Amino acid sequence: MLRFVVRRLLLLVPILLGVSLLVFVWIRALPGSPAQSLLGERATPQLIKQVNHQYGLDRPVYEQYWKYVDQTAHFRLGTSISSSRTVGFEIRNRFPATVELAIAAMLFAVALGIPLGFLAAKRYGTAFDHGSLVVSLIGISIPIFFLGLILKYVFAVRLGWLPSIGREDVLAERDHPTNFYILDAIIERDPAALWDAIRHLILPAVALGTIPLAIVTRITRASVLDVQNEDYVRTARAKGLSPLVVDRRHVLRNALLPISTIIGLQTGLLLSGAVLTETIFAWPGVGSWLAEAIFNRDYPVLQGGILFLAVVFVLVNLVVDISYAIINPRIRLS
Amino acid sequence: MKAKPRNLALAALLAALALVGASVALAGAQASKTIVFGTDAEVALLDPALVSDGPSLRATDQIFNSLVGFRPGSTKLIPELALSWKPSTNGLSWTFKLRRGVKFSDGTAFNAAAVCTNFTRWFTFPGPLQNASLSYYWNTVFLGFAKPASGNPGPDKSLYKGCKAKGKYTVTILLTRRSTSFLGALALPNFGIASPAGLKKYQADAGTVDANGVFHPTGTFATRNPVGTGPYKLKSWDVNSKLELEPNGRYWGKKPTLTRVIFRPVGDTAARLQALQSGELQGMDGVDPADFATVQRNSKLKLLKRPTFSVGYLGINQAKAPMDKPLVRQALAFGVDRAAVAGFYAGNGKVANQFLPPALFGHAPKGVPSYKYDPEKAKSLLRQAGLTLPVKVDLSYPTNVSRPYMPDPKRNAEAIGASLEKSGFSVTFHSAPWRPTYRAEVQAGNYQLFLFGWIADFPDPANFLNVHFGSFSPQFGFRNQALFTELQNADAEPNLVKRTARYQKASVDVMKYVPVVPYIWAGSGVALDRNVTKYTPGPIGPVNEPFSIVQVGS
Repeated sequence: MLRFVVRRLLLLVPILLGVSLLVFVWIRALPGSPAQSLLGERATPQLIKQVNHQYGLDRPVYEQYWKYVDQTAHFRLGTSISSSRTVGFEIRNRFPATVELAIAAMLFAVALGIPLGFLAAKRYGTAFDHGSLVVSLIGISIPIFFLGLILKYVFAVRLGWLPSIGREDVLAERDHPTNFYILDAIIERDPAALWDAIRHLILPAVALGTIPLAIVTRITRASVLDVQNEDYVRTARAKGLSPLVVDRRHVLRNALLPISTIIGLQTGLLLSGAVLTETIFAWPGVGSWLAEAIFNRDYPVLQGGILFLAVVFVLVNLVVDISYAIINPRIRLS
Repeated sequence: MKAKPRNLALAALLAALALVGASVALAGAQASKTIVFGTDAEVALLDPALVSDGPSLRATDQIFNSLVGFRPGSTKLIPELALSWKPSTNGLSWTFKLRRGVKFSDGTAFNAAAVCTNFTRWFTFPGPLQNASLSYYWNTVFLGFAKPASGNPGPDKSLYKGCKAKGKYTVTILLTRRSTSFLGALALPNFGIASPAGLKKYQADAGTVDANGVFHPTGTFATRNPVGTGPYKLKSWDVNSKLELEPNGRYWGKKPTLTRVIFRPVGDTAARLQALQSGELQGMDGVDPADFATVQRNSKLKLLKRPTFSVGYLGINQAKAPMDKPLVRQALAFGVDRAAVAGFYAGNGKVANQFLPPALFGHAPKGVPSYKYDPEKAKSLLRQAGLTLPVKVDLSYPTNVSRPYMPDPKRNAEAIGASLEKSGFSVTFHSAPWRPTYRAEVQAGNYQLFLFGWIADFPDPANFLNVHFGSFSPQFGFRNQALFTELQNADAEPNLVKRTARYQKASVDVMKYVPVVPYIWAGSGVALDRNVTKYTPGPIGPVNEPFSIVQVGS
């Protein structure tokens, strides 16, 4: 196990070098420059030249790349050209928001998706099964921004039950030592803060969790259908075990393996930021930040931010691989 | 029996949501001395000398005072930290009599020495701070620096020469040449006077330059401790979440009513509007003109329109033939159906007959050549120019952008193109994303005809006319020395009456020369909760929209 983990971690080095090179080349291949973007209508050739000189963008490309690698190797990700804040600060500030939202969305998807998929499989061919298929298809095909706007319109604007933007009540005055608001509330033993943070999470998590919900439901259904026709399930039933025990111990546990793969991959994707959800719910995460950086040609943010997300993605996948072994000891990590 | 647990769960869910609703309503009811205002982006820095973005200008405008100010809702200069001001006879020095008894929020005294400290600081900015993306307004208004970093303009190019304190409450600003437009610029928060003690204590200019050459402040003046003389001071700033101001107990003017002013960044326009509709915000800037009707229909909200202070124009590049021919440019002016385009602005735009909007002095009330839409006249001018009809032209417009002067560029381009087609032109459309391709191409002079516009940095005709037509620029591709000189002289004139007359003449002359075809003057809107009163939208909003006079509640 340890050797496997170390080997996977060592693989990070070539992956990161590759990602850094790709990102570096890609953002410089985009038309326009940070100077143009910063100065807007006011850009004059003189000012553009000045800004390019200031940011070292008039140096040879290989020199710029070497500086970038050198800086990154020293864990300095640079400073945003548009906000003057360091990329490290922004990641510390924003990544917890993204993690909180991703976990909430996955909890929503898993808590609803597994029972729904399981029930659909158990009631194969019934109206419930067909209904779950239709709902899943809608879930996958509805654009997130549309669903988000509808949810906000109903629950925030019309009913006034839930907030539509941000992570906490703007009038609240609280410290956030970890920047994970739910964790902070638990540490501070502040139930009002906890409830406030959860309230703010509900709508974005539902909007973001809808696609994973649909996927988890379909995969669970297919997996349960597969497993419940296996010989060992028939044997268990023949032994006279109660249907509940058969479902729990033999069907669901074995069906979980493909589901855990999907959950892992989806979590990895959600952790890399949900651009649309974060934008329409004014959720200060990494997705909306990176999207904005693309428009602003904010090279340091793109270089540092994407590299960070690559690390996160690889680590999440590593955790998923390790979790295979825990869920199903038949699988050897080697 | 099976249905029971489900019913129970449903009841619990509904009860929980009702509880949520009640807590939201309670939060709203407690906030009558509070305003939560939604902005389109996060504040960058709280040092006004180092910002040029709307959210930062709005926030610093509440914290700092300048020597002069604007009357709320207008561009008329009024006393702020200076009670009066007067130029010398040669126009090379301006003497300001300062307000007495003013203190900064840190308790130190405001005086002539403090003014000079600030001017000296701006003029002697270290290399990294000379960057136009930071000290844009100093670069634009005063240009040079005492010790220029490589490639930057030096003291010989600077309009600023020096600052002299005469006693405690008289200060003289020395200029290298005659200019009057700088006075209007001084009213911007960018030239707000900061506490010298605060600048030093919180190391306003200290910072490191990283390997990308980006300045990163290590002091806390711009992030946690901005010290000014304005009605508010910073209470807290939770980056990406909210920035909160509280009253400055040492403010020299009338005490503000609101005790909590909270700026909340909500980048998405639709999300901002929904938050206003749900009561989470009491005000928002950057209302999409397409949403004006939605706001006006909502009985809980109101829409305040700013006076039109931006201009949308059809740009012409004279380096691209046949645009060098005056008759062709006049044909373009006659061939654009301005009224048809103005119809797209939901009452938020006025047909422009010249470059300067009416709210600004120097706008010519009469004598402007009339280019009323006349396709036949356009065709005849093209024939007079010796061209065979139809004359092929390339019209470029941006995508992925909505500006006050151009809410829907494609629609504008199609309408303008259609009217030009009827006027003897054959139009080929081109488009590119606004950020950053389109602007770069325009500014590099790569387009023949293009849709563009201008939002004033500060309310002075020089910021419109001189910026565009005061010297050669590749985007327009012309060298009209007579016009360049005329505009430079108008800028230098210290007497307001004479200066107004000069700019009025220049406005007429620009329209005779037709370097562009201005077609719209557009404003922008602020949407507020119905209970918010005394918010005064100004032409250069978000600047000069003081929250100190705003009230919330009946």
